[in-house]
Amino acid sequence: MSGARQRWLGPAMFLPAILYVLALVAVPFLLAFLYSLGDVKVGSQGYHFVGLRNFQSVLQSPTFLRALSNSFVFTVSSQVLVLIGATLLALVLKDAFRGRRAIRFLILLSWVAPVSIGSIGWKWILDSLYSVINWVLIQLHLVKEFSPPMWLGEPRLAMISVILVHTWHMLPFATVIILAGWTAIPKDIPEAAEVDGAGFFRRMFQIEIPMMLPIINVAVLFGVVFTFTDMTVIYILTRGGPYDTTQVVPSLAFFTGVLGGDLAEGAAISIFLVPLLVVAAWLMLRSAHRAEVT
Amino acid sequence: MAIVQTRALTKLFRQGQVGAVVNVDLESREGEFLVLLGPSGSGKTTLLRMIAGLEEPTSGEIFIGGIVVNDLTPRQRRIAMVFQSYALYPHLTVLGNIEFPLKARRMPKPQRREKVQWAADLLGIGQLLARKPRELSGGERQRVALARAIVREPSLFLLDEPLSNLDAKLRASAREELEQFQKRIGTTTIYVTHDQVEAMAMGDRIVVMNYGSVRQIGTPAEVYDDPADTFVATFLGSPPMNLIELPDAIVGFRPEHLHVPGALRPGEPALLVRFRPSHEEYLGAERILYGRLEGGSFDGKKAVARMSSTLAERFTPDAAYDFAIAEKDVKFFDREKGTRTSRRPVA
Repeated sequence: MSGARQRWLGPAMFLPAILYVLALVAVPFLLAFLYSLGDVKVGSQGYHFVGLRNFQSVLQSPTFLRALSNSFVFTVSSQVLVLIGATLLALVLKDAFRGRRAIRFLILLSWVAPVSIGSIGWKWILDSLYSVINWVLIQLHLVKEFSPPMWLGEPRLAMISVILVHTWHMLPFATVIILAGWTAIPKDIPEAAEVDGAGFFRRMFQIEIPMMLPIINVAVLFGVVFTFTDMTVIYILTRGGPYDTTQVVPSLAFFTGVLGGDLAEGAAISIFLVPLLVVAAWLMLRSAHRAEVT
Repeated sequence: MAIVQTRALTKLFRQGQVGAVVNVDLESREGEFLVLLGPSGSGKTTLLRMIAGLEEPTSGEIFIGGIVVNDLTPRQRRIAMVFQSYALYPHLTVLGNIEFPLKARRMPKPQRREKVQWAADLLGIGQLLARKPRELSGGERQRVALARAIVREPSLFLLDEPLSNLDAKLRASAREELEQFQKRIGTTTIYVTHDQVEAMAMGDRIVVMNYGSVRQIGTPAEVYDDPADTFVATFLGSPPMNLIELPDAIVGFRPEHLHVPGALRPGEPALLVRFRPSHEEYLGAERILYGRLEGGSFDGKKAVARMSSTLAERFTPDAAYDFAIAEKDVKFFDREKGTRTSRRPVA
């Protein structure tokens, strides 16, 4: 190959990737920065620099503070549930048994199905009139027929509902990661622990889980980043309601900036995610690196 | 200290398949160093794992210290095992590794530290306690694994090829050390290996296995000098025993027993043969001659002779020489079954 061709081939090969990242990540990101420092609204003609005024107003808005705290509640609770659930599922699925493949497939199904379709299904399951859950509860005489729980209409229940649905959606991915971590542990090591006299729980909490920790960290951080920036479940199930009790930062940014037309304030709201995500990404890279070393 | 006994122990991995371990009857002696020796796939590791409780027998019984342990978990059997890979806990320090079995027995911390110190000193790894396994050399890892095994003073030691991950030089010294160590602590030990030199050097007795069954149990001298069948005869010794197929029997003699006539004791009853070496290997301390026998019923059969390099005789390739085998060194095997039969005259 000639020198000139060699010089151009490499850059030409990775140019598409760079363009892709520039067009779909860097440009919108810079645009959001610019918007958040200006007075842009949908349909406005010019751009006036207003400094940090948007951030000031966002910080003073009780809705934003509420959304921020909801974001933390939503992310932390769903990730704790995902972690516990995925570990239990992985524990069941790691040993061979009849029908394991079928069960693995079924569990993965909720990850493979588009989240919007899944969420619409849940919207029906949790509907105030047609809820199958309520129907079952009424048949079992656990709730009164004419005042069943309004899963998406009562503040506390609505939050619990969106957390559970999101957990349902995130569970398979975390299960697969933890399962991979578990199967990567050489068989000798838990066996040695067994011969050394360790019971089931000691083996699990002092040997197997600590050995998987770098991988679990990656799973959790992925989940955190994904949950913190996602609004699909909330948008479909509650639209942030009732009374903003399930509003999170991404959904608020969307409602304010896109549906409300206040691009500048919407941008300012979403910029608040940046420092949190930078920290999460840094931790993620660090533990991924450590997972490689051991 | 305890003795281990197995009765008709069998393990089939899949119902109806050839057994990994078939009908094994074993009995260790008090404080003995018992070696399970066999090629890979002979079932020796499966047998060890059944004794440890990591593998469930298909049928048969295992006794440790006179009690049936078939239904006991590894934990309840109170044994210690050293794995081929050492299976050190990578996230714990050396201290944490050695201490782990004691923690599992809920021993209070001050006693635990004392025990760890004792085990670490015994194996000379006191200065490594703060390190992680990945910061250790192969030999150091092996010591840590041993320390972890002895720290709770088990009644039985199971070792699964613990030297196979060491380089050749280290292996020889580790072998000698391990042997001395076992003599000092006096714990009954079952040791799995495919290395006949290790087995001969360390074992009080050797259990030779092939295809899941026991071919012979005996002291190193017994299995070497009086092999029960052709498998044992060829598996032990390098080069293996010469086996000459005759119409009615198989005749076996070790390469070192194919002597120049002058090397025999005067008056020793011996079998005289003509041997035509085709080439010679010089191995430093010894020489190995490859060639064919001539005359009588041995005519044209391949044989190997082994002699000390200090022996003065020189052999030119493809010339025939007189050789002799002392009659006591000639073994006879059944042609069909390969088992030992009584001696008979050979022409």
